[in-house]
Amino acid sequence: MLKKRIIPCLDIKDGRTVKGINFVDIRDAGDPIELATRYVQEGADELVFLDITATVEKRETLAELVENVARAIDIPFTVGGGIQAIADVRRIIAAGADKISLNSAAIKRPELIREIAGEFGSQCVVVAMDVKCIDGRWKVFVKGGREETEWDAIEWAKKAVSLGAGELLLTSMNNDGTKKGFALDITQAICKAVNVPVIASGGAGSKEDFEKLFQETDATGGLAASIFHYNELPIPELKSYLKTKNIPIR
Amino acid sequence: MIAIIKYNAGNIRSVQNALDRLGVSSVITDDPETIKAAEKVIFPGVGEAGSAMSYLRERELDRVIRELKQPVLGICLGLQLMCASSEEGSTSCLGIFPNKVVRFQGDAIIPHMGWNALEVKGGSLLNGIRSTDDVYFVHSYYAETGAFTTGIGNYITPFSAVLERDNFYATQFHPEKSAGIGERILQNFLAL
Repeated sequence: MLKKRIIPCLDIKDGRTVKGINFVDIRDAGDPIELATRYVQEGADELVFLDITATVEKRETLAELVENVARAIDIPFTVGGGIQAIADVRRIIAAGADKISLNSAAIKRPELIREIAGEFGSQCVVVAMDVKCIDGRWKVFVKGGREETEWDAIEWAKKAVSLGAGELLLTSMNNDGTKKGFALDITQAICKAVNVPVIASGGAGSKEDFEKLFQETDATGGLAASIFHYNELPIPELKSYLKTKNIPIR
Repeated sequence: MIAIIKYNAGNIRSVQNALDRLGVSSVITDDPETIKAAEKVIFPGVGEAGSAMSYLRERELDRVIRELKQPVLGICLGLQLMCASSEEGSTSCLGIFPNKVVRFQGDAIIPHMGWNALEVKGGSLLNGIRSTDDVYFVHSYYAETGAFTTGIGNYITPFSAVLERDNFYATQFHPEKSAGIGERILQNFLAL
């Protein structure tokens, strides 16, 4: 049986791992290679690196980091943050990433999804969407959650998949940083709307939150950052708990 | 020296990284002479079958691969290209394995992406691997099962996760991305 994936996310700024709380106030959480290696040893199923520096002069640093990560770890990993054009994708894939994730750039120019899927295959293209519930409607936000778009979350999910997105990474801004659990309703609504894997992100605070995610939605993975970084919830403990709840886990 | 065949398919580098971690030197090459002279050959790949076959034919690498006598390991698209034909791009393939490659059907999520178990049927690559061990898959097309299937994957339908015939070996999953279990499978290949 296909296993549910536990995915630690490493937010990278200037080559270091950081974690924002509600997308602001950044704390330093350490050396990304060291942290990534620890996660692999602990049984992480996949890793996501999001570069939140994302300025032109720092891009080369990112490629170097990706090369080092690729040398160090033996599980798949996704790299995102600041990808604007297919040239950025080529550089990151050449450095050894398995997938790239697009966010603002895909909203700005949806055709970019099709171009990348055409060159590297859909399995390589993750579309990350930051969503927020406003007056009962889930809207897509860009630029690290600072800017609201016209897109309804479900409409955008369908559009992204129709253009070739192979996976969606859904972050609920309402839940992110709260540790009160994933946004189950919008996660399941998106799962129902598309036929590609959906990774839920934002709000994980306990092992029960992951249990609910996998029991109440069809999400294929759960992503979290700070609870793993600061060892509040060790991955081995989380995975053995989920196994006792009969959730398929590696 | 291990030759990793270079062609128009992504993420070949990760195979070399995996060999580096095992302390085995390798070269990424599309030079027929280097490939023929290598102790072992790895034929990796993530990409599209039709365009990959065209690329191999243009360089006559299709014939070179078919005629190799040393152990050859196909990975992911590599496995599919070693089969008889693929629905992806409606192409005939290398024909090392008689199996056909077809697309997953149904309402389930496609691609089959993530960690899934193998049903071990025998062969050399899965020596020491148990049927509860998980490996990492990413694919939308699969090789049907047949006489040369030594490991079965199950997603929507049973499919060939491992094929072995004479000096040819292939995995639909990515051993280079399958943590400790993948490392064991690569070591089994290197020990042949």
